Amino acid sequence: MRLNCPCCGPRGIEEFTYRGDATVHRPGMDAPAHAWVDYVYLRDNPDGWHRELWYHGAGCHAWLVVTRNMRTHEIADVVRAVDVARQARENAGS
Amino acid sequence: MKSNHYSIFTLLREALRGQTGWRPVWRNAQPQPAYDVVIVGGGGHGLATAYYLARRYGIHRVAVVEKGWIGNGNIGRNTTIIRSNYLLSGNIPFYECSMKLWEGLEQDINYNAMVSQRGVLNLFHNDAQRNAYTRRGNAMRLHGVDAQLLDTEAVRQKLPFLNYDAARFPILGGLLQKRGGTVRHDAVAWGFARAADRLGVDIIQNCEVTGIRMHAGRAVGVETTRGFIGAGHVGLSCAGNSSRVAAMAGLRLPIESHVLQAFVSEGLKPFIDCVVTFGAGHFYISQSDKGGLVFGGDIDGYNSYAQRGNMPVIEDVCEGGMALMPRIGRVRLLRHWAGLMDMSMDGSPIIDRTPVDNLYLNAGWCYGGFKATPASGLCFAHLIARNEPHPVATAYRLDRFGRGAVIDEKGMGAQPNLH
Repeated sequence: MRLNCPCCGPRGIEEFTYRGDATVHRPGMDAPAHAWVDYVYLRDNPDGWHRELWYHGAGCHAWLVVTRNMRTHEIADVVRAVDVARQARENAGS
Repeated sequence: MKSNHYSIFTLLREALRGQTGWRPVWRNAQPQPAYDVVIVGGGGHGLATAYYLARRYGIHRVAVVEKGWIGNGNIGRNTTIIRSNYLLSGNIPFYECSMKLWEGLEQDINYNAMVSQRGVLNLFHNDAQRNAYTRRGNAMRLHGVDAQLLDTEAVRQKLPFLNYDAARFPILGGLLQKRGGTVRHDAVAWGFARAADRLGVDIIQNCEVTGIRMHAGRAVGVETTRGFIGAGHVGLSCAGNSSRVAAMAGLRLPIESHVLQAFVSEGLKPFIDCVVTFGAGHFYISQSDKGGLVFGGDIDGYNSYAQRGNMPVIEDVCEGGMALMPRIGRVRLLRHWAGLMDMSMDGSPIIDRTPVDNLYLNAGWCYGGFKATPASGLCFAHLIARNEPHPVATAYRLDRFGRGAVIDEKGMGAQPNLH
């Protein structure tokens, strides 16, 4: 598997560290306990397309959101996590 | 028709009549409209569950529904190691129960599973690791499990060819469990399938579960590619795909599916007579009765349902092997393969009821399910038959994550933050 890093170009996955499901979001500090249990422990674990976090530790140190197929390992999309977060903020603001 | 009872007498009889009397090892069962218990997943654990349901709990109207064929999943993809060298009191009695079942298994199921108690040796390479293994060994002995702490010389006598004086990772000794060892993994699947079949269990292969039918909040059967099968109780025993199947009942599990690779070399003359694990990297090795070196290491580390891995882990495993025993450097790799691991978030399994009545879950075995096969089957059968946990499996609750009662044996799980 190779990830096409938006900053560095295509690199082997040994340069990256996997950091799990990118679709879970930290609940607010006043959220009930079950929301934290969901966030920390429960996962959809889909058999298909999965949005996930990778950290480019041996490259540009960017956090990336990768859309990858669990069945085929096909990679559809690699974007910087900061861009995803910015987009989410803009969508929330608009 | 039932399979033959295996003994020296049947062997002699068949030798004299040209091997014409052997019957199929299990029937090719067709799905019936309904059963008392339907087990989803015909892996080692599912087959063992069906066997113990019939054998110990007197429930014979049982079906095991398997989407592929018996032996195609992780029961045929592991590195065949059995051991009960655990640390935590939630784990030791369970794995020791499993070890005792292994010790009597072949007589119990009348099948040669080639149980070989050749010993499992965990090496340590620094003082902190020696302390940790001493603690582990003491915990084992307090629970009545055998454990021996070996020093460098004792290890050297046993395995003279290891890399003892490496500057970074000198071998200071090891924790030995003599009763640990290996079992022929395929024979475990076939043996349990045959033994369950002889007790009336229907093993239905090439029959994929596509849904779980519910009525008034209870599971009443499974939809399959071969039609609906009614069930008094439904047991999910499909590690690797637990999340997918549980989602059919609306459940979301504390599990990620990951891929784990394993390797076997060309056949060599016998030179490793136990299971050895490297303490400074993730590498473990044993030698099969055919002579191949069977070894493995870390999971690849990302979610996957692909049953194949990537090159960096292969490199990492081989580096671990070279660091531990440089003499295997010229041995050629014969095969490598991968299986799907139910990585639970604390690295420990789940054998429990679910929020859906009559639906039971056996999942989250991470990369340690093979050694647990008989005890997992026994405890899951107990849970389904009695609707209460088996005494040695009371810690494996689904709600332990929410209660803060995780079983953190070695800081592992889907995201171990350990490597």
